[in-house]
Amino acid sequence: MTTAITPLLGAVRRDLLIAVRRKSEVLTALFFFVIVVSLFPLGIGPEPLLLKKIAPGILWVAALLATLLGLPRLFAGDHADGTLEQMALSPSSLSLLVAGKIFAHWLLCGLPLVVLAPILGLQFDLDADALSLLVVTLLLGTPVLSLVGAIGAALTLGVRGGGVLLALLILPLYIPVLIFGAGAVEAQISGLAAEGHLSLLAALLALAAFFAPWATTAALRIALE
Amino acid sequence: MTTTNRLSQIFYHYASPATFYPLAGKMIPVFVVLAALFGIAGLWIGLFVAPTDFQQGEGYRIIFVHVPSSWMSMFIYCVMALWAGIGLTMNTRLSSMMAQALAPTGALMAALSLITGALWGKPMWGTWWVWDARLTSELILFFLYIGFIALQASIDDPRRADKAGAILALVGVVNIPIIYFSVTWWNTLHQGASVSLTKAPAMAQTMLWGMLLMALCFWMYSIAVALIRVRAIILERERHTEWVKQLLAGEKHAGA
Amino acid sequence: MLGHSQWNSAAEFFAMGGYGFYVWGSFLACAVLMVIEPLMAIARQRAALRELAREQLAEQLNKETKES
Repeated sequence: MTTAITPLLGAVRRDLLIAVRRKSEVLTALFFFVIVVSLFPLGIGPEPLLLKKIAPGILWVAALLATLLGLPRLFAGDHADGTLEQMALSPSSLSLLVAGKIFAHWLLCGLPLVVLAPILGLQFDLDADALSLLVVTLLLGTPVLSLVGAIGAALTLGVRGGGVLLALLILPLYIPVLIFGAGAVEAQISGLAAEGHLSLLAALLALAAFFAPWATTAALRIALE
Repeated sequence: MTTTNRLSQIFYHYASPATFYPLAGKMIPVFVVLAALFGIAGLWIGLFVAPTDFQQGEGYRIIFVHVPSSWMSMFIYCVMALWAGIGLTMNTRLSSMMAQALAPTGALMAALSLITGALWGKPMWGTWWVWDARLTSELILFFLYIGFIALQASIDDPRRADKAGAILALVGVVNIPIIYFSVTWWNTLHQGASVSLTKAPAMAQTMLWGMLLMALCFWMYSIAVALIRVRAIILERERHTEWVKQLLAGEKHAGA
Repeated sequence: MLGHSQWNSAAEFFAMGGYGFYVWGSFLACAVLMVIEPLMAIARQRAALRELAREQLAEQLNKETKES
């Protein structure tokens, strides 16, 4: 069993090590998240009640955009230096390696957002219950963003105007995550049960975890042909 | 066993662009005529025969173009994904070209559905746009079409463009029900404009006939345009093959 | 013709019970786009044929200059 997932762990370790050497990339996405969230009150006005109502949506939209920032680099480096071709030829399954890379992307781009979100939520006067629910939804939702985003990253690998194209392809597919993620927190704020939203988010996660690495692998093989 | 062999033989025979190109040329006029006939019948029923709706007055007549374009936009996406999937799995060039030829027509249908929806919404709801589940889903479908077209347009190698497009189309097809479900869910939670277009009281028989005839017209139109476009794509892609050179020589001969 | 139908006069038909702008706007939008799209597709086909003819001509000229 351990031998089966060794390549996955290897891929995770490798990507984390690379990221440690280039911290600025991770930090840029995080600051982008903070800045986007802080722009909304400036654009809308400082009225606390209104801000509290739209906070879940703002935090979630900002999280979508921040995840998008790191996606073009998910496979680009490995593609440029030929590592990706080595991976495709290696005896261990490419899907597992891809799953490892996606997991590493989530650890680097998704998890920091989850940690930072409650602090930003305080700016919008969210109470403790709403904040903890926000963390739960992000914890369930951001992996889906990394998983689905990886398909787009693989499809646009080495393509003209890759970054913008990636946003165009992937953002419509992010809509269900946005709806259930922000919806759960909104429902809770307005005194409704959020369990339905959470179980649907979990279902999305299960579906994405099952299909996305596979679709990403297929897309990568096409890019490598 | 022999029948399946025979079937696959027929399939591969017509899946060759060289045989399909002239065949499509013969099929186009048929579908144009069909589209015109269904269109005339549908418009006549829709504009002259169908009675006035007692709730929406004459404004409801937008239904005769709105519903067919919405149906076609969804249907074409599925057909497009099917062709793209066949192209990906069976490696038939023509299937991928069909998918590519269908995408602009599908996007046009989604756009028409949005335009006519807005023109319907203004007199009925008082605004051009309502974040109604159907309109929102249609908008997202339009985005999906644009993504497909943009991805194919930005990859230079046609074979890679076909395959990448196919994966995107298949991912889209899996996602469409999820998106539709999530948007409906979202819409029911945020009860704002709950005036549903479908809750129209029992539609008169003639209205239904008008709508069906118009839908058939849009369907035939879509096939005709897709065939015209697929012929252009075949020429663009196969220009260095022997059969295209012969075809051109033949046309020159016929012209002279 | 109009006598059989829902309408008493042509003016009434074009007014569409006050919804004329919206109804005719929808039909017109469809008509315009559904005329433009086939024309664009035909133009694409013609352009492909022209391009092919030009390529062939260039090839021929190439061959002729080499021969002479």
